[in-house]
Amino acid sequence: MSTADFYGRPVIWLIILALGVGTFVLRYSFLGLFGNRPLPEWALRYLRYTAVAVLPGLVAPLVLWPAATQGAPDPARLLAAAATLGVGVLSRNTLYAILGGLTTLYLALWLVG
Amino acid sequence: MTETVPLSAAYWRGFRQGLPFMLVIAPFGMLFGVAGNEAGLNLVEVMGFSVLVIAGASQFTAVQLMNDHASTVMVILAALAVNLRMAMYSAALAPHLGPAPAWKRALVAYFMVDQVFALADADYRIAPRQSLAAKLAYYAGACTPVCPLWYVSTLAGAVLGQAIPPAFALDFAVPVTFLAMIAPLLRSIPHLVAAAVSIVMALVFAFLPAGTGLILAAALAMVAGAQTELFLARRKERT
Repeated sequence: MSTADFYGRPVIWLIILALGVGTFVLRYSFLGLFGNRPLPEWALRYLRYTAVAVLPGLVAPLVLWPAATQGAPDPARLLAAAATLGVGVLSRNTLYAILGGLTTLYLALWLVG
Repeated sequence: MTETVPLSAAYWRGFRQGLPFMLVIAPFGMLFGVAGNEAGLNLVEVMGFSVLVIAGASQFTAVQLMNDHASTVMVILAALAVNLRMAMYSAALAPHLGPAPAWKRALVAYFMVDQVFALADADYRIAPRQSLAAKLAYYAGACTPVCPLWYVSTLAGAVLGQAIPPAFALDFAVPVTFLAMIAPLLRSIPHLVAAAVSIVMALVFAFLPAGTGLILAAALAMVAGAQTELFLARRKERT
């Protein structure tokens, strides 16, 4: 059963619309709804870390327990993850990081088999 | 009209500075199209994500959590949590674009993606005295190469995705994409602390229903990042 079948069309659209409206509200918030009021310092301090708080937690299980190997840690994929991070940290460039990661993945899969 | 010349100059300045991001947006959008296609979403649904949400990281988050069969509420919460930073963008742009009419502010909000925000924020800092019209023109210019390409590349990925053989291990393209987004964010000790807490707690909470552990881990990581920042700032003051 595919992911889409698991949820069904109405729920998928519910998710899309909720995300669309919610994301728009976040983007419009200070521009439109709350007027031109500066954010308090404490709020900024938390907001600064939202992306870096959510994304690593999301990706960690995917790297350690990939679905393609039925959850068994896989050397090629671990190497690729390390290369992506390494290139990304050094270059500060998302595109280079993706290219470095995928190149490593294909090389490692080809070498390890 | 004396204003036409500077306005188009502002527009093209934004356009030129937005151009390099095409190199990031195109593969990114394609990967989202592929990921959506793999999850069994049809073309209209995949495009629904990219047109109505138009926020890559949160779209990937939603699809990933759906693949984990997370509850609908958790999918929405986690994907919106990824976008909380946009409230910060909105606050940063408000002093510059707040006086624009509501429909223009709504358009600015709709197109407020990371790359466009970063460009506009930098441009308005360098030249805060520009007229409102020039600032809006710059913003529109920056959006032009970036935003429509997001739709087109998503479409291309969703259509071509079916033709890509499994040997390409595209299952791992999504984690690679996430890591590539995270790496440039790790620019200070508090960011590193937040990322580390997020990873450890997400793994610790992995037994919880999909999405729940992530939300908890993210909340703890945000607190950890903010408190580390505060701690370092206080220590610096004392010395």
